[in-house]
Amino acid sequence: MALLQISEPGQTTNPHQRRIAVGIDLGTTHSLVASVRHGVAECLPDAQGRVILPSVVRYLKDGGRQIGFEAQAALALDPENSIASVKRFMGRGVNDVVGREKLPYRFVDHPGMLGLETVQGEKSPVEVSADILATLRYRAEDTFGDDLFGAVITVPAYFDDAQRQATKDAAKLAGLNVLRLINEPTAAAIAYGLDNASEGVYAIYDLGGGTFDISILRLTKGVFEVLATGGDSALGGDDYDRALADWVMAQAGVRAKTPQDKAIAIIAARACKEELSAAHCAECHACIGGENVQFEVVNQQFEKLTADLTQRTIQAVRKTLRDAHLDKDEVKGVVMVGGSTRMPQIQRAVADFFGRTPLTNLNPDEVVALGAAIQANQLAGNNAGGDLLLLDVIPLSLGIETMGGLVERIVPRNETIPTAKAQDFTTYQDGQTALALHVVQGERDLVADCRSLARFELRGIPPMAAGAARIRVTFTVDADGLLTVSAKEQVSGVETRIDVKPSYGLGDDQIAKMLQDSFTTADADMKTRALVEARVDGDRMLLATQAALDADGDLLTDASRARIEALMVAVRTARPLEDAVLIEAATQALAKGTEAFAAMRMNRGIQKALAGKNIATV
Amino acid sequence: MNLQSDDFELFGLTPQFAQDRAAIDARWKDLQREAHPDKFAAQGAAAQRLAMQWSVRINEAYQRLKDPLKRAAYLCELNAAPVNAENNTAMPAEFLMQQMDWREALDAASSLADLDDLDLQVKQAVRNVLHKCEQFLDQQQDYQQAVQQVRALMFIERFERDVHARLDQMDITEQGQ
Repeated sequence: MALLQISEPGQTTNPHQRRIAVGIDLGTTHSLVASVRHGVAECLPDAQGRVILPSVVRYLKDGGRQIGFEAQAALALDPENSIASVKRFMGRGVNDVVGREKLPYRFVDHPGMLGLETVQGEKSPVEVSADILATLRYRAEDTFGDDLFGAVITVPAYFDDAQRQATKDAAKLAGLNVLRLINEPTAAAIAYGLDNASEGVYAIYDLGGGTFDISILRLTKGVFEVLATGGDSALGGDDYDRALADWVMAQAGVRAKTPQDKAIAIIAARACKEELSAAHCAECHACIGGENVQFEVVNQQFEKLTADLTQRTIQAVRKTLRDAHLDKDEVKGVVMVGGSTRMPQIQRAVADFFGRTPLTNLNPDEVVALGAAIQANQLAGNNAGGDLLLLDVIPLSLGIETMGGLVERIVPRNETIPTAKAQDFTTYQDGQTALALHVVQGERDLVADCRSLARFELRGIPPMAAGAARIRVTFTVDADGLLTVSAKEQVSGVETRIDVKPSYGLGDDQIAKMLQDSFTTADADMKTRALVEARVDGDRMLLATQAALDADGDLLTDASRARIEALMVAVRTARPLEDAVLIEAATQALAKGTEAFAAMRMNRGIQKALAGKNIATV
Repeated sequence: MNLQSDDFELFGLTPQFAQDRAAIDARWKDLQREAHPDKFAAQGAAAQRLAMQWSVRINEAYQRLKDPLKRAAYLCELNAAPVNAENNTAMPAEFLMQQMDWREALDAASSLADLDDLDLQVKQAVRNVLHKCEQFLDQQQDYQQAVQQVRALMFIERFERDVHARLDQMDITEQGQ
């Protein structure tokens, strides 16, 4: 029999009440992990005291891996096996990568998502990202000396379904429990403490290493409502580096032919760019093809040769304001995020456009991770009284292919998520028994101009006259911005359902295989891992149920309460056993046995929201 | 109160066309505070699923209630006068003439000022139709007449989108110069 635990008077009743939750900014050039400690969000440093982890993974011939600074140092030495800016490849095919001919990698073309050939064989961008995430997970676990409850991972607001799904898969592969994917600009808004101090409309201008995001948010009493979001998922500081590298080499009359030379030129340009943020002019020097290139760059020159890049961001800002039906003078403040906003020309362009000085008082590199940590802390239930609520939107419209390669839009962009939309379709031939559905994402009218997310077939439609069948297709987008599609023939009831995952060619079985590959798979390891996970899940369910009973136990009859308590005892009894399957089964039973109770609680919550309002209006 | 309640019940509002947008927004946020899946992140899959259903339902109602056109169409539907936009496109000749005039003006527009002017006319037309909607729906309870106005509004809004698309285009070209 399990011993009853009794806590010391005055202490929290449950010693495990505080759950360790982190926020992770998985960035193009660097990544960070942050957590709320003693009520304050802070970035966690590595053993050397550095909070930034360069998003670079180097695969070594002997099977080892270098992640972060070591890998970054090897970029010029071993460019083909040192993968940088992998975020640009997430959920992307070879043809989607702009400027790929200037990159030193050996791409492998696959439908949906490309692969990268390394000394350790082919690596998916998901695996490379997972290596970065796992490094941050270990850092957090070492810091706290405990397992993580979960993580909030940030993605650019403009990421489409394939890119979000790839990010979530990478987190899973790194052994993280993903509490939520949140958009980087939203995270930045949270970190700025806009929740307590400010009300009104704010613009978040986020120029990172490889992506540009602009989001317009309205803040009211702890609610962060995203009004519109836009940007360019292939525009960032890297482009400024490349523009500068190209220009300097053209001026010096040299050409970078080898991967090494290309990498060296870009590293030199980046150093020069960073210097220019603080100085009027800077030297750019690099050794290309045995030749020493040395060139002085003046700020105005750099500004001029990147003016079109800067202008592209401002154009996206104008468009997003129009989407939000707002004038720029209705914006109360502008928050700058991302290391690239350190460039003076960017700050000036944004200030000129909005007619106000942007906010830059938080470190632009850290602000996203800090905001994610605050949200993670709340989602883990550590801040029960907190009333932070994010109401985000879907960044790109979702639609389906109809006759003639046209897109029928089903969920328009900038609609608040979660959302579900249904649309009826019919057959166009007599006796047609199957229907192919092609789901796309994008704003253009032609399928060819949008991103293909998935194709699937609804089979077994009973033969009917053309136009007689009624096929209802439902798109459901969850709070992470991830899509599920289901289709049902209304007359016969034939149903099909897909997660939009297979679109880029990573199924659950492939992820399972990657998991096995990455955790150098002694069978015992896998078992231990499964056991630990089962216990964590069980604990989570027990805590949640107890909290629900404490809050709303009065909704239950004595008999229902006793049934739930019996199921809880079953989980507690199974927990110490060395059998993951048993623990999972008991947890499942508890989850199922509390469904009706959960429904009652939800109704009470809704009634409460209405009642409070009615009294206020009376 | 359940997932099948109509939008007005769900938001605790009187089922009529005239509404206070700020009140709808505030109610929406209050409801999401209770039902959003994030409030149940640590409470297991069943609670998450349920929260998702409620949250989706609340957003669906919000989309319909906050938009005057959708709200008017919904009220017609609730009162057994469906708009049936796809099967019934017959409009009064006078209305169609005006649409044609507008289309010609849009084709002929060559400056931002032209487009802004057209945009202003369209906005005025929208205001007039919304006013009629309110009369038919709230004062006269004449839902057949209201359906006519909703259809007219659909035409006008489609035209408005085209005007905005041209504005977007012209904006980008002028930027590029």
